[in-house]
Amino acid sequence: MDFLISFVLALVALLIVLQLTVILLWVERKGSALIQDRVGANRANIFGGLLPFNLGIVNTLMADPLKLFHKEDVIPKDADKFLHWLAPFIAVLPLFVTFAVVPFGDVLVIGERVINLQAVNLDVGLLFVLGMVSLGVYGVVIGGWASNSRYAFLGGVRGSAQMVSYEIGLGLALVAVVLTYGTLDLQEIARAQGQLMWGVIPAWGVFYQPLALVLFMIAGIAESKRPPFDLPEAESELVAGFYTEYSGSKQSMFMMSDFIEVAIVAALVTTLFFGGWQVPYLYRDGFHLPGGFFLAVPSLVVTILQVVAFLLKLFIFCWLQILVRWTYPRMRYDQLMNLGWKRLLPIGLANVVVTAVLVLALEGFTVP
Amino acid sequence: MVNPYIALLISFALCAAVAGIMVAASWLLGPKNDTKAKLEIFETGNPPLGSIRGLRFPVKFYLTAILFVVFDIEVVFMYPWAVIFRRLGWMGLAEMAVFVAVLGVGLAYVWRVGALEWD
Amino acid sequence: MIAFFFIAILMIASALTVVLHRNPIYSALALVNTLFLVAVVFVMLDAELIAMLQVIVYAGAIVILFLFVIMLLNVDTEVRSARLSKFGTLGLALALLLALELGVVAVVYAPDQIAEAPAGFGSTEAVAEHLFTTNMLAFELTSLLLLVAVVGAVVMARRKVES
Repeated sequence: MDFLISFVLALVALLIVLQLTVILLWVERKGSALIQDRVGANRANIFGGLLPFNLGIVNTLMADPLKLFHKEDVIPKDADKFLHWLAPFIAVLPLFVTFAVVPFGDVLVIGERVINLQAVNLDVGLLFVLGMVSLGVYGVVIGGWASNSRYAFLGGVRGSAQMVSYEIGLGLALVAVVLTYGTLDLQEIARAQGQLMWGVIPAWGVFYQPLALVLFMIAGIAESKRPPFDLPEAESELVAGFYTEYSGSKQSMFMMSDFIEVAIVAALVTTLFFGGWQVPYLYRDGFHLPGGFFLAVPSLVVTILQVVAFLLKLFIFCWLQILVRWTYPRMRYDQLMNLGWKRLLPIGLANVVVTAVLVLALEGFTVP
Repeated sequence: MVNPYIALLISFALCAAVAGIMVAASWLLGPKNDTKAKLEIFETGNPPLGSIRGLRFPVKFYLTAILFVVFDIEVVFMYPWAVIFRRLGWMGLAEMAVFVAVLGVGLAYVWRVGALEWD
Repeated sequence: MIAFFFIAILMIASALTVVLHRNPIYSALALVNTLFLVAVVFVMLDAELIAMLQVIVYAGAIVILFLFVIMLLNVDTEVRSARLSKFGTLGLALALLLALELGVVAVVYAPDQIAEAPAGFGSTEAVAEHLFTTNMLAFELTSLLLLVAVVGAVVMARRKVES
């Protein structure tokens, strides 16, 4: 029975990722259209309009992935077939699994059972996320190498050098968060943000670690090689960088890894800095508003509210990353590396030291 | 409840299955028309310059990788320290300060020498 | 126990691929696989912090460095197969000797001397506690070691550029 619950939770986590990826692909196209004051993709329809109903803009949502999967799989001659197959697989697998440690709710109470709404409840959850992000670099390197093409290869190497440089910034930003909460367990951190500061403001991470939030978002966007940090892909310059020689579902898997990383960065930002599934003032038995007002809420409704809150916050941060993409111009490669090594690294270190001093000086300063 | 690592294994297996199906999807579902032109590498119409075998790989990538390894280890040491930081108190802060300072010297050296320059 | 044997066999197969495969990129990937399986074994031994660190540092950083070096040196497929036979037999003999010794120790001596791991053995708190109190000196020396690595790498790389 326990195994079944684990399986279902893992399935739910995976489904969230898959749905989000497909939705993000579509939101990206429509959202960028919105920002650029144009209509965007609206040509897809089912059977040429034969059916009596038309799902409107949702057609594109379904058409895009279906089209990509049915394209021919072309492997350039002299390319290494095994590696050509392996690269998209290892690009995507660690990212899928990362979502398994993200808590999407507090607990679900079914009769006697209290189910923790997190597919995998690791004590070292945050380190696991970092590990999986580290493994994501292989997809890029091997993808570039496997194509046996100079452009793809250089794109792959530059891409991996970039990812690697920003991983340190990513790690450092999160050290400060761990200092604040004293644990690596993501569900614990989400729970700890349920407290109230001065009885009124929810103790979300953004109030404790604003600098870490900024550092983390920058490093996260750079890590996923999204604009403004997308020189290795450089859609208008290098064709497609390291995934030039891929077609069909393999190419779509590389593009998916882009969106999955967006989702992961958004998930981590919500969990670490914005309370995860926490709804302000909502506890397991109901709303405890400041001023002593109490509204009892059945536990199933509480759970649903919290899961919806999580998904909502997740979506907001995905949208924020899409906004960032279509607002900023692309950074040059040397500017990019400078930002990673000369700015994020020292600022991250300084943030850690200052946080450490503050934690010690104000001993009872954060959540226990 | 289930040992979290067993749950992790279940997650892994599930994700690997889905990813595997996706990789196979194009090969299974798409047409297979191997024409000679399609198999060549994309170089906007020109014949390909040659494979990657003879490519000079700039050494600054190697340097970036080494610096990454060193600073990654530094960051990784900070995590257990951060978790039990409150128990270590000021002594713990002093320890980590020494550690960071020594590596900071390294970073300053690398910066000064110009190894972080990317032309 | 069965799980351990299964993982062990996978690990040995991976490790053999690292050593024997002709293409160095495949060797590096097999190395990643081996290190990942080592992390799995760590988890089975209750050392979860070390398992995660293994994945982050070893499989996630050091092998990437290896890959970059392989690509830098353009180590090609042909080069490897020629050199294997010279030291191959000696290596194999030594490996078998080592395996024999380990087997003798494991079967004859060890069973009475296996200590019970204390509760919370490999957790982050326990490891950190030891690392930053009793083994503080080792920790500080590590920073010196890393500094030497950084300076050495920079000096070596720059000399290569200038030459």
